[in-house]
Amino acid sequence: MNASHQGYVIEAHRLSKVFDQVSAVDDISLQIRHGVTTALLGGNGAGKTTTLAMLLGLLLPTTGSIRILGEDMLQHRYRLLHRMNFSSPYVDLPQRLTVRENLTVYGHLYRLSDLKQRIRRIAGELNLDEVLDRRYGRLSAGQKTRVSLAKSLLNEPELLLLDEPTASLDPDTADAIRTHLEQYQKRTGASILLASHNMSEVERMAADVIMMRRGKIVDAGSPDRLIDRYGRSSMEEVFIDVARNRELHTK
Amino acid sequence: MSHEDIDFSTRRIGALVLRHLYLMRKSWPRVLEMVYWPTVQMVLWGFITLFLQTNSSYIAQAAGILLSAVLLWDVLFRGQLGIALVFMEEMWSRNLGHLFVSPLRPYEMVASLILMSLIRTLIGVGGAAIVAIPLFHFNIFDLGLPLIAFFLNLVIMGWAVGLIVSGIVLRYGLGAESVAWIAVFAIQPLCAIYYPVEVLPGWLQPVAWALPASHVFEGMRELLLHQTFNWHHLAYAVGLNVLYLAGGIATFLGYFRAARQRGLLLHVGE
Repeated sequence: MNASHQGYVIEAHRLSKVFDQVSAVDDISLQIRHGVTTALLGGNGAGKTTTLAMLLGLLLPTTGSIRILGEDMLQHRYRLLHRMNFSSPYVDLPQRLTVRENLTVYGHLYRLSDLKQRIRRIAGELNLDEVLDRRYGRLSAGQKTRVSLAKSLLNEPELLLLDEPTASLDPDTADAIRTHLEQYQKRTGASILLASHNMSEVERMAADVIMMRRGKIVDAGSPDRLIDRYGRSSMEEVFIDVARNRELHTK
Repeated sequence: MSHEDIDFSTRRIGALVLRHLYLMRKSWPRVLEMVYWPTVQMVLWGFITLFLQTNSSYIAQAAGILLSAVLLWDVLFRGQLGIALVFMEEMWSRNLGHLFVSPLRPYEMVASLILMSLIRTLIGVGGAAIVAIPLFHFNIFDLGLPLIAFFLNLVIMGWAVGLIVSGIVLRYGLGAESVAWIAVFAIQPLCAIYYPVEVLPGWLQPVAWALPASHVFEGMRELLLHQTFNWHHLAYAVGLNVLYLAGGIATFLGYFRAARQRGLLLHVGE
């Protein structure tokens, strides 16, 4: 792993994105620690997806700089993309291709070796063996999410960006996905940045939390410290406080 | 930028081609559609030729002149459509976000679009050309080596238009997809497909001569009517196509950058 010397896997400095005079992300700076899961929280329109898109290079920032794994993202995007990946239930894969075909195409895009074995192994780990030769478009929401996750793990990324990885999943499937992500992180030491609305997921997985509202970072810290600071009993209550712009509750 | 950032990977290009071959393999309506329209056009113009042969001295001089024109026009049209439809497949399947968080370069996508367009054009127009042999005793392959020059120049012009159309659809969303079907017809009257450039009003003729297709169709008529291959037209067509293709690629890459500025790669749709 080649993270920067401070141990941060992502360093964004004074990042802004303005769409037609509307500020979606407003002068944020963030540092994501290496080897842990960080959650990016905020209500709808808080700027989470815009931030993720800028970190992935899908969206060019209006101002600011991004360093990922110690390198400038805007300068060395393609070199870095080999070491990262992304999964979102809101971005699809070709519906008419089978799961195996989709994973094969993406395996070639990442120029992976031993592709057949790799697909077999990931399919086994994510319980996708039985649907490998089924069309992606005919899968259930839970199966599609697992396929998208399999795609994002194909290249064994050092940095994984996930946009609501368990949205619309039943508790059993969501738990299986969280467990798999935890095992992957333990095995590889990868860093995960997670945008989520599921507070129990955040409490379970995230070592650090960044809270956004209206394009700005309004608070950050570990779940325990945030719960303590807001005088609440769960991240769900903290989330509601932040989303509704309530003052900090002091114990 | 490092060497790795300006990489050009045949494996990544092959991956995208493979993705569309997988799609073609399991969707016979898509393959049928490729062959269907060129064949219908060919049959229609074949019968018109049979009728005109006995009523027009011009057609009687070279019976294949209309069928050659219709098949070669379809090379341009299918070349353009091949690029635009293959690109729109990615938008329809909402797959662009995943593609461009992989190390795929936009110019590698352009290369894969060109390859897929070539495959689709060969299947579509090639199929119609083969059907014309038993149906009308017309074999376009009798044109010999000039056919390769005509084909390449027309398909390249189609690629240039197709890349511009794809860029427009990326920038303005799938609501603009009808541009893919109509764009090339805006220039069709100027391409001198069925009549010479001199038929056009004087002020339009310079515009027609600025199109590679006009030189191809003028060259085709010279070959069929006078059995001479006009190198002058070929040189103009090639020179113009270099400019057209460079312009098409630059326009697509420009729109791609605009899409990255506006966040359109994650939010494709109408």
